[in-house]
Amino acid sequence: MSHKVTIPIGPYHPLQEEPEFYKLVVDGERVVDIDVRIGWNHRGIEKLSESKSFDQSAYLVERICGICSTSHPIAFVNAVEDIDEMEVPERALYIRTITGELERLHSHMLWLGLAGHFLGYNTVFMWAWRYREPILDVLEAISGNRNNYAMMKPGGVRRDIDNSEIPYYKKVINDELLPAVEMFKGAVLDDPVLAARLKGVGVLKHEDAVDYSVLGPTARASGYDIDVRRDEPYAAYDRVDWKVILQYEGDVFAKAVIRILEMFESIKILNQCFDKLPAGPIDCKPKHISPGDGIGHHEAPRGEVIHIVRSDGTNRPVRHKVRAPTFMNFPSFKKTVVGETISDATIILAAIDPCYCCTERLTAIDHKKNNIVCGAERLIHLSQHKTWDLGKSMGFSDSELTKKMGRKIE
Amino acid sequence: MSVKIKALTKSLWVFHLSTASCNNCDIEILDLLTPRHDVERFGILLVGSIRHADVLLVTGILNKQCKPIVKKMYDQMPKPGFVIAVGTCTAGRGMFSNTYMVDEAEPLDKVLPVDAYIPGCPPKPEAIIDGIVKLVKAKGK
Ligand code: SF4
Repeated sequence: MSHKVTIPIGPYHPLQEEPEFYKLVVDGERVVDIDVRIGWNHRGIEKLSESKSFDQSAYLVERICGICSTSHPIAFVNAVEDIDEMEVPERALYIRTITGELERLHSHMLWLGLAGHFLGYNTVFMWAWRYREPILDVLEAISGNRNNYAMMKPGGVRRDIDNSEIPYYKKVINDELLPAVEMFKGAVLDDPVLAARLKGVGVLKHEDAVDYSVLGPTARASGYDIDVRRDEPYAAYDRVDWKVILQYEGDVFAKAVIRILEMFESIKILNQCFDKLPAGPIDCKPKHISPGDGIGHHEAPRGEVIHIVRSDGTNRPVRHKVRAPTFMNFPSFKKTVVGETISDATIILAAIDPCYCCTERLTAIDHKKNNIVCGAERLIHLSQHKTWDLGKSMGFSDSELTKKMGRKIE
Repeated sequence: MSVKIKALTKSLWVFHLSTASCNNCDIEILDLLTPRHDVERFGILLVGSIRHADVLLVTGILNKQCKPIVKKMYDQMPKPGFVIAVGTCTAGRGMFSNTYMVDEAEPLDKVLPVDAYIPGCPPKPEAIIDGIVKLVKAKGK
């Protein structure tokens, strides 16, 4: 007789990021159903935006998400500029691209680190976060803050990049970051244990990806070729040479590959932008926004974010709608998690890079007796243990695995 | 009591509660554990359960959903313990002061006794370390 157990995940979790609540229904070790409840982090940003002027709203949307803290402003200013079809100065477009790509780099690094942690590769976690720091240094030098850059405004950007500092930025990116990304490519993609652990896990088929309208790396890992940077260029993305990374397997491994290879593309874009950065003003100083609707988008690290702004000719939006990529990626869990084991659930949930450290507070509760059978640490341990066992069965010795994973997992 | 508090300051175990925040504060807290800042050198450890913690680190505004939970969390914390408010959101709600969650959303110190405020949006990791050091110095006397 099957005995179904519900595992609530979240909504409050010790590691980081927003509260979210998942409910996993498991039968033995298999996940049979999943439910997501969002809304814990509701702050009424869309409504709040109606009470702020267009310039202030750019700050506000920055605070929707700390990791995408330049994606939302870029989408927002694109929307406002769409209303009046403003001519934004070239230099501003390049600076937007630079901040956008630096953000993608640090976001992908962050994901890589946490994914490593969930699999028991704590060394990857520490190294990835260590190499995230130089990117934040560059962002701090450009914008004055490590996160929440406050660079965007309708009509241009707020801060100029000092041309004399470009050699330093390029040095950090090419001499510190590039070797690190190369190292991760080798360490993660050529590692036999990780390959065995992640290949074929949490597969999202191409049809399902299209049906669920997933976005960003989640879609591109299933061979769904969308990237708004190429499909409908904005900022300076049509002025630089880069390519969209595609994978076809749809599993967690493919998603990791996408993110690592995208980091190379970002570095490529950054180098070109720094080289080509045209001289000139950085702001077209719009005097007022005419009545009308505008749509703006940006390919955030997790997928396309869309902002829709309606203006009635005053200095405030009358309606401001935000659609974030994770909102589209969530429902695809129904296809990816169901049928997998609990020990894989953590990494599959993490693979779409949602506001994901929710998984840190996984607690399994026996539905009938209502007692906790499996706590957060236990579930992550399960996931790490599976990696360890797999390594053993592939013929690695204890000491080799301990070296790989940073510690012994009992 | 004061001996207990003094003992506490030797090695702070921290529980991090993210209410309706934008993640940035949370990421900076996590950043403290990674090689560049590495606060584990000072005996500061992020723990997975409030019942093991000496310090409750709160980020983000308190909206309708979070407020009761924050109180509950504080009740579960072994006393004596400290509460640190990280970020502008927790201290004064910053730009979120006028949301329609406002009747319920209050600065953290209206709900819990706050021992230290670390302002910034988000505070830099150095600022967070500084805040904790100041707290330890003040309490460890
Ligand atoms: S203080 Fe700033 S960075 Fe921290 S949670 Fe609030 S908005 Fe985000």
